[in-house]
Amino acid sequence: MAHNSAAFIACHDCDLLQREIPLKPGCAASCSRCGAVLYRNATDSIDRTLAYTLSAAVVFVVANAFPIFAIEVQDSVTAINLIGAVRSLWHQEMQAVSLVVLVTTVLVPALELITMAYLLLPLKFLRVPPGYTLLLRLMRMVEPWGMIEVLMLGMLVSLVKLTSNFKVIPGVALWSFGVLTLLLAAAAASFSTRDVWARLDKVQGRGDA
Amino acid sequence: MRPVPVSAARKGLCSCHVCHLVSRREQLSAVAHCPRCGAYLHFRKPASVARCWSLLIAAYILYIPANLLTMMETGSLFSYRKDTIMSGVVHLWNTGSWGIALVVFIASITIPLLKLISLTLLLISVQRRSTWHPRQRTRLYRLVELVGRWSMLDIYVVTLLAALVQLGSLATVKAGPAAVAFGAVVVLTMFASMQFDPRLIWDPLQKESTP
Repeated sequence: MAHNSAAFIACHDCDLLQREIPLKPGCAASCSRCGAVLYRNATDSIDRTLAYTLSAAVVFVVANAFPIFAIEVQDSVTAINLIGAVRSLWHQEMQAVSLVVLVTTVLVPALELITMAYLLLPLKFLRVPPGYTLLLRLMRMVEPWGMIEVLMLGMLVSLVKLTSNFKVIPGVALWSFGVLTLLLAAAAASFSTRDVWARLDKVQGRGDA
Repeated sequence: MRPVPVSAARKGLCSCHVCHLVSRREQLSAVAHCPRCGAYLHFRKPASVARCWSLLIAAYILYIPANLLTMMETGSLFSYRKDTIMSGVVHLWNTGSWGIALVVFIASITIPLLKLISLTLLLISVQRRSTWHPRQRTRLYRLVELVGRWSMLDIYVVTLLAALVQLGSLATVKAGPAAVAFGAVVVLTMFASMQFDPRLIWDPLQKESTP
């Protein structure tokens, strides 16, 4: 074959075979036929994603440890955190729904943060984390199920609904989830699988072979 | 001069869905793995149309109880109401929370309907090997993928309220059976849109059928 197949890219939406072109920093290449974004040249992708991921992990712990909001009725205060809400729903014979909430707002985001840190930290120091292929595949599979940003909106809607009947005290976790939403969005925007694979190829000396 | 558009599959090349490495598949029958990341390789998602249809039909069926049954029961000393998704939106609107009513309406009514109808249209057009506006249909698919998750909103609202407002006779919020059905609709349509392969939209444009 005259051309190296590594220089080719197939659009994930329409399967058009195209040649990769070098990009200026901050630019994105899109498919010439269907317009899908093929890859981006994210600046310092690995460093930035790692920074956002580690800070998100800290905020994630805070967001789950503290109450989201509390209501005050006749001098008694009832507060709730996320795990408490899931547990309460479980005991109200809503096991399926409480499982979906647990998976989409706690388990998947936690798994994503841990995997991301586990993959990127060694890569930053040019080491190859063991089992990386499995984890990258796993990440790709669970990625659509992390829904922190939807939960954030859900909290705001609940807050408005509650204020019409109760005196509501916003908790630490409410702000933490807001920050977490921004950090996760920033991490997702700076993450580029292409850069991770390029770094892995480089470290393992696969280069252009 | 513009080159003739050619899909990777026609050239016998397969793009990995995990790492996007384009590699040549030697034997078409054998199970192939990506040489770089080890993921299963396939030219198109296997049994995409059949799997998408079955998940979609299941979602359609559950969409009925999701909208007819009670989503949330609210009880207090003075009042008791049972709300379906739609009556909840109407109640919010009538009590003056127009913004929130609009948000909930979009997330719980518009988005699930948009997903069900769009996926149905996409599946029918792919099965008929239609060549009608492939670019627009691909954009529709991307929209479905993008907004689908937001219909989870109502589930979270019910979870938070039902867990927090447990004050006995003073005030109680309880999640109704529609929450289960609606949650299932969201999850099923998400699986359905993952199973759909947008590359099938473009395949009829190739002169010969792809392997």
